[in-house]
Amino acid sequence: MKTRDEVTPGGYRPRRDAFWFARSRAYTVFVLRELTSVFVAWTVVFLLLLVDAVLGGSLPEFAALAARPWMIALNVLALAATCFHAITFLNLAPRATVVRLDGYRLPAWLIQGGNHSLWLAVSAVVAFFVLRGFQ
Amino acid sequence: MTDTTEAVRRASTRTIRVEVSRYRPGEDAEPVFQEYEVPLMADWAVLDGLNYIKDRLDGSLSFRWSCRMGVCGSCGMNVNGEPRLTCGTFLSEYGEGPVRIEPLKGFPVIRDLVVDIDDFLAKLSSVRPWLIREGEEPPLTAEYAQTPEQLEAYKQYSMCINCLLCYSACPVYVLDPDFLGPAAIALAQRYNLDSRDMGDRFDVLNLEDSVWGCTFVGECTSACPKHVDPAEAIQRYKLTAALRSVLPWSRR
Amino acid sequence: MRRTPEPYLWLLFSGGGVVAALLLPVLVLLFGVLMPLGVVDWPAAEHLRALLDSPPVRVALVVVVVLCLFHAAHRVRHTSEELFGIARFDVVIALLCYGGAVAGGVVAAVLMV
Ligand code: SF4
Ligand code: FES
Repeated sequence: MKTRDEVTPGGYRPRRDAFWFARSRAYTVFVLRELTSVFVAWTVVFLLLLVDAVLGGSLPEFAALAARPWMIALNVLALAATCFHAITFLNLAPRATVVRLDGYRLPAWLIQGGNHSLWLAVSAVVAFFVLRGFQ
Repeated sequence: MTDTTEAVRRASTRTIRVEVSRYRPGEDAEPVFQEYEVPLMADWAVLDGLNYIKDRLDGSLSFRWSCRMGVCGSCGMNVNGEPRLTCGTFLSEYGEGPVRIEPLKGFPVIRDLVVDIDDFLAKLSSVRPWLIREGEEPPLTAEYAQTPEQLEAYKQYSMCINCLLCYSACPVYVLDPDFLGPAAIALAQRYNLDSRDMGDRFDVLNLEDSVWGCTFVGECTSACPKHVDPAEAIQRYKLTAALRSVLPWSRR
Repeated sequence: MRRTPEPYLWLLFSGGGVVAALLLPVLVLLFGVLMPLGVVDWPAAEHLRALLDSPPVRVALVVVVVLCLFHAAHRVRHTSEELFGIARFDVVIALLCYGGAVAGGVVAAVLMV
């Protein structure tokens, strides 16, 4: 009697699909979500340049650089990417943390709502200190 | 059988084109599509269409099925690019068609729509999917009562029927078959979170090819017909494993 | 038992993800878009300098930079491996990515002292 392995050694395995990320909308969104990290890194670099300019007394030069059209375009992209990152990341957070109260699981929307409120609050505080502060 | 014949005859001539992936080892170098016209009956699942093909049109078509009610987990296939239980997916969902039926992605194809799941079975047993008890020899009549809360803690993960739709939906697994994968990790959690279990699966879960291979695509959860939410099971264990790694004295 | 650095890398990645989500959008919005476009005036240099002069802000900034860069490094590592099928070079890719994050952290620390 033939064993299956003689007939089909290991069975048929398709080759790697180089365009797997284009095969479904969900995969594409996933890859875009992960690629926001490139803009996260860029934003950090941009902020370090700003800090360097502030400490080195060259803020006007930095402002001129930031006002170049391609810089603005890049930062608009970075804004979109970091917002997309914030929304997706804060939405996924309750999946790792199961909070139980009284034996019942805290619903995901409650945690997500809390996260997004915190995001707004932190943003407001940061904007306040950057723009005005306690004078 | 005659019932079906009657019903098919009485139904209008509406049919739907079904494109089935065929792979006959020794004959086909790689899978090819074969087209069939199948009556479009309002209450037919994709599996009924396949059975119609096998009974009436082409007896050589091979596929797995058993329960026809979404509990055995053997009829999973890729339907129009999405992993589905073919017994739980209506043909009419695809309107005018055509419907493309392929074997589950990520597994070697043995023949037509039948895939080799040995790799998964080995992974499943590697997580010790049973209640581990230590240092006791209880009488056969012993009971281990659980409160409703204790049951609730793992019940969702115990609903898995090993249909492997989640593996087929997971790009991480399809790109790298060494990844332990969604269902095996969810089933490990099913026992980890059971109050009766005294085992520890840290050694098989805290590995690069285990929970740390997951990049949280989340498609396993969308594909799961039993609402197991394997993505959540994996994320939860990542947190558990990370906390255990920084606080070595904490067990769970 | 086999030791793996993954849990620690994941904690840094997650922490960085939270910090980046809470802080970066408002900062790019202000400094990268609204101020260059003239919608909002640039604050006086002395005002920003005064903010940066407080030690807690400096420490916090270094922490934020390190966490955000680790977050990005972790994702770039995994995504590049998935997109280009280069997982067999994981060790090299990981060293490059996390090494970049460490380097960024060093730069931030040097700026701050
Ligand atoms: S977790 Fe869901 S999709 Fe995966 S094998 Fe179990 S039942 Fe099927
Ligand atoms: S035939 Fe059993 S799940 Fe579909």
